[in-house]
Amino acid sequence: MKLRTLLMGAAAGVAFAPAAFAERGADGQVNIIYWQAPSTMNPYLSSGTKDVEASSLVLEGLAGFTETGEVIPRLAAEIPSLENGGISEDLKTVTWKLKEGLKWSDGTPVTSADAKFTAEYCLHPEGGCAQAARYEGIESIETPDDLTVVINFREPRPNPFTAFTGAQSPVLQKAQFEACLGPAASTCTEQNFNPIGTGPFRVTSFRTNDVVSLEANTEYRDPAKPRFATVTLKGGGDAAAAARSVLETGEYDYAWNLQLAPDVLAGMEAAGRGKLVVAFGTLVERIEMNLTDPSSSLPEGERSTTQHPHPILSDERVRRALSMAIDRSLLTEIGYGEAGRPTCNYVPAPEIFASDNTDCLEQDIEGAKALLEEAGWTVGAGGIREKDGARLSLLFQTSVNAVRQDFQALIKQWWSEIGVETELKTVDPSVFFGGDAGSPDTFQKFYADVEMYANNFDGTDPEPYLAQLTCEKIPGPDTQWQGENVNRYCNEEYDALIVELGRTGEIEQRAEIAKELNDMLTRESMTIVPLVDRGRVSAHSNRLGGVILNTWDSELWNASDWYRVTE
Amino acid sequence: MLTFTLRRLLLAVPTLLFISLVIFLLLEASPGDPLGDVPLTVPPEVKERMREALGLGQAWYIRYALWLKQFFWVEPLYWFDGVFGTAFSDGMQRIISFQSRSPVFDVIAQRLPQTLTVVGMSYLVGVLIAIPIGIISAYRQYSWFDQLGTFVSMVGFSMPTFFTGVVMIIVFAVNLQWFPSVYDTTHRVTDWDSFMVQVRQMVMPVTVLALYNAAQISRFMRASMLDNLGQDYVRTARAKGLSERVVVLKHVLRNSLIPVVTVIALGLPTVFGGAIITEQVFKVNGLGQLLISAIHANDIPMVLTLTFLFAILIVLFTLIADILYGVLDPRIRYD
Amino acid sequence: MTDTERQQALNTAELVDETAASAGLTGTLPPDTPQVAGGETRSQWRDVWRQFRSHRGAMIALALFILTILFVSVGPWLWTIDPTYVDIRARNSGFSAAHPLGTDQLGRDLLARLMAGGRVSIAVGLTAMVIAILLGSLIGVLSGYFRRLDAPLMRMTELFLALPLLPLLLLMVTLFREPLSKNFGPATGIFLLIVTAIGATSWMQAARIVRGEVLGLKEREFILAAKSIGTPPHRMILRHILPNVLSPIMVAATLGIATAIITESALSFLGLGFPPDFPTWGRLLFDAVDQMVLYPWRVILPGLFISLTVLCVNYIGDGLRDAMDPRIRGR
Repeated sequence: MKLRTLLMGAAAGVAFAPAAFAERGADGQVNIIYWQAPSTMNPYLSSGTKDVEASSLVLEGLAGFTETGEVIPRLAAEIPSLENGGISEDLKTVTWKLKEGLKWSDGTPVTSADAKFTAEYCLHPEGGCAQAARYEGIESIETPDDLTVVINFREPRPNPFTAFTGAQSPVLQKAQFEACLGPAASTCTEQNFNPIGTGPFRVTSFRTNDVVSLEANTEYRDPAKPRFATVTLKGGGDAAAAARSVLETGEYDYAWNLQLAPDVLAGMEAAGRGKLVVAFGTLVERIEMNLTDPSSSLPEGERSTTQHPHPILSDERVRRALSMAIDRSLLTEIGYGEAGRPTCNYVPAPEIFASDNTDCLEQDIEGAKALLEEAGWTVGAGGIREKDGARLSLLFQTSVNAVRQDFQALIKQWWSEIGVETELKTVDPSVFFGGDAGSPDTFQKFYADVEMYANNFDGTDPEPYLAQLTCEKIPGPDTQWQGENVNRYCNEEYDALIVELGRTGEIEQRAEIAKELNDMLTRESMTIVPLVDRGRVSAHSNRLGGVILNTWDSELWNASDWYRVTE
Repeated sequence: MLTFTLRRLLLAVPTLLFISLVIFLLLEASPGDPLGDVPLTVPPEVKERMREALGLGQAWYIRYALWLKQFFWVEPLYWFDGVFGTAFSDGMQRIISFQSRSPVFDVIAQRLPQTLTVVGMSYLVGVLIAIPIGIISAYRQYSWFDQLGTFVSMVGFSMPTFFTGVVMIIVFAVNLQWFPSVYDTTHRVTDWDSFMVQVRQMVMPVTVLALYNAAQISRFMRASMLDNLGQDYVRTARAKGLSERVVVLKHVLRNSLIPVVTVIALGLPTVFGGAIITEQVFKVNGLGQLLISAIHANDIPMVLTLTFLFAILIVLFTLIADILYGVLDPRIRYD
Repeated sequence: MTDTERQQALNTAELVDETAASAGLTGTLPPDTPQVAGGETRSQWRDVWRQFRSHRGAMIALALFILTILFVSVGPWLWTIDPTYVDIRARNSGFSAAHPLGTDQLGRDLLARLMAGGRVSIAVGLTAMVIAILLGSLIGVLSGYFRRLDAPLMRMTELFLALPLLPLLLLMVTLFREPLSKNFGPATGIFLLIVTAIGATSWMQAARIVRGEVLGLKEREFILAAKSIGTPPHRMILRHILPNVLSPIMVAATLGIATAIITESALSFLGLGFPPDFPTWGRLLFDAVDQMVLYPWRVILPGLFISLTVLCVNYIGDGLRDAMDPRIRGR
């Protein structure tokens, strides 16, 4: 009996052995497919997710995030906090300590000067750094010794984990990028394509918008990692093709961001070669209500500006009725399946910041009708409601995307049931999300009554995200239509609370204020009508182990732990 | 003919300059923003600074003049330096792509081999099967061969490549597992085995594209042959006792080639332009994929340079077609 | 016989034949003898029809084409389900009495969608093709026939060939979508925009082909003969040039319909086409590609209709060409 247990224990030990005694590069080659190909390996020059994630195989920050949103050390020895004295009492100074003995992939030591240089690189006014917002508010950086970085902020910073934290703001090697400051940034093709990093891999060849080939970094701090000797990161094609190459043909081991119809994905997964992984972040698909009049009969320059309130949607009851007519669970089931959750919140996560707002989840067509009657909209010709001779007719725009078009069709139908006529419009995403002030079709200009898209926030702190809805951020012709408050929502009370949030350091209190702000936008005013909390779906083959999907950092955040599963 | 060619070549210079200006203005005027891809989490002030770093703050004519200088002066100098080891272009800014911040011509040089092998091969295959099919279908009009050829080519033409490509992938890559579904652009042919790998990964994209090209060319070939087969000179040639082979392949074929030459000559520049959808479906990542991703990202220097190179090829190939008309039909004269 | 000699002999033979042929043709020109002209013209068209009827493929194609047109035009009167009506409980259903061709992922009836989609697709395909062919033939004939116009028109063609299509279409849509939909309503406005956009960007190949043919034709003996009897250019083009370049134009036209239908789907896909609640065949096909394995009928049906339409038009074109060729007619 004893012997048997022992044997079984030994067998189990053998089964788990590869993880324990593996050496670097023992598992050969891993193939990753990104259907949007990375165009550069320098995340400071492009903030596209594909570029940031590809570069995270090579470059690392001082700290990163786990799949639960917790901050973990990478190059730092430990995470600074009030308790360990890393964060000063006045919240203005943060002290980071580097791990000892760290080396760049070219064998030279990592020092605090590299971190200081990275901040200079990104803050250079002519460099056009895409991550400048993460370094905003830094007054100075001191390097008392080779392993200590002291960041001084101009104002108290309750959440200092933006600079050097996460895949978007890694540390660059000073020696390599010294000649690339400011306007010279774009002449440094060699540096941008083959950055020297501290991550588990290093670039062997980079073909922009096509393939990145990498090999294990021999200087990586953990001598047993990474398990794979080489990585191929291929780009191109579309999400369906990427899913097929992992789930059906098995040519690739990992496919990124597979936004496909749930039944299509389920059908592919049934082939049995791989698995889907889902994780939720802060991405919310929502309908935005335009509180100003977008009518094309207004002169250019006055359309969708605060001079003219919206003739229909200024009435809160109409907005609420429109929201009540929507069945969020059905939308989620059809569009996202496992990868979505119906939500009523603008800030759905992290848990501490999420409001308990669930009133909108129940569809209520009759209630919506009653509310419209109460608002004075009565059923007229063709079942469309009218009031003072005006028809309840809305223009509903969104970007081109199969799921969004299905949502449009469904919502149009529900709205027609409560007597609202809807005209649908779709815009090419590069135009819709591009901030071209000359184009009438951007989401900021909002020349429509309602529009649908998804947005999220960086990291785990929603303050900048909530601050987007203040009066001063209303886009208009005088600001070249730049500004994030696309609804043209303006509420003094809201603005005052945002100021208060900026002054509050204690996390519980911050969460309370954030929830209140969230409710003002959603439950109370129906300015923003959240639909679905969208998760990230990726797929990995059954032969790839160690994948943990992370929405707070790069998806490839733990690629150093990935290993080959042998059957 | 020589003076005609020279005159046309000289005339091509102002034409091309005008074309480049029109393309530039078109790209300027069309909506879209090079920063459209930047996540919404990036604040507007940062976007504004990024825009300035791309040089978008300057007036359009300055940027156009700069591009002209870079295209016609810096890039040739750079190339000259590369060949002769001189250093004339040191310190000069080459044409830089907005997306990757790397020189546009380096990327094009990287992409050209894929496009030429896949799209070029498919064009060659297409032409090689289309011409005989066109000839036989016309010669035996309404025979079963002709009917079948018509049917297959019309179905082949009316089915978009985004459909045929995916069908091929599902049948041959997923179900039968004969060919890979993802084209490996880093693959190098060094020996017989690696050559076979290359062949295997080329089979599907080449077939899809060749079918599409062959459908088109064979229809024109057939129609033109039919026109000529009914002509009286054919009867005369037969009456003179020329063999059927000589009549068809020499007299009729030669006279029927004019529209076919036009189609082929217009099609050749598109070989360099790549096949946007097919490259996308099979992940070949050649020039077509480069162009479409550059257009989506509003990468003006890249789009402008690519379409301008394309324009040069179009002008060149229409000239070649015009010269070929003269060769095929000596009665056509331009001077 | 050397090549030159043979060519010479051929040329002479051709000269004799062509002059004779065109003399015969000019003999039937109506204006010369007004009394007989009416009767003759009518019998010529009757001739064409008789010849066309004897072309079996063309007749079958014509019948199928009329059936397709009836399907998309009369069909919606008989099958009255709204193609955009979402019946979520019936989604992804197979063939049944309620939905003879099944439903899509939102429960919209596929039969109704095919009818509605066909109406748009056929209308777009035919109109865009007609625009492209008219424009192409006009420019091709003008630049082939009039030497003075050749250079400017061909340079313009090169310009159009070189323009990147996508930014051009984006620009057109941005500039004209709103004014057009305001003046003609959203559906008609977008229809006009798309048809013009496709027509205006696909005439170049036809123009080049026609010009090439005209360049060769212009030097033929029957044209010289017609010229020598003082035929004015417009009659020359209509009577002698156009009928002789008809077959490449026909081919370009049939291929043009297919291209237009597919281009329309690509445009909708890019958000430049019809609003998403207007089904078209190309769009149905495109949307269903991802679901090909799960629901093959959703891809096969629209694909079948597109191919059928293109094949029909092709055979009708073949038949027409044969019927209008005086050399074949009456054989």
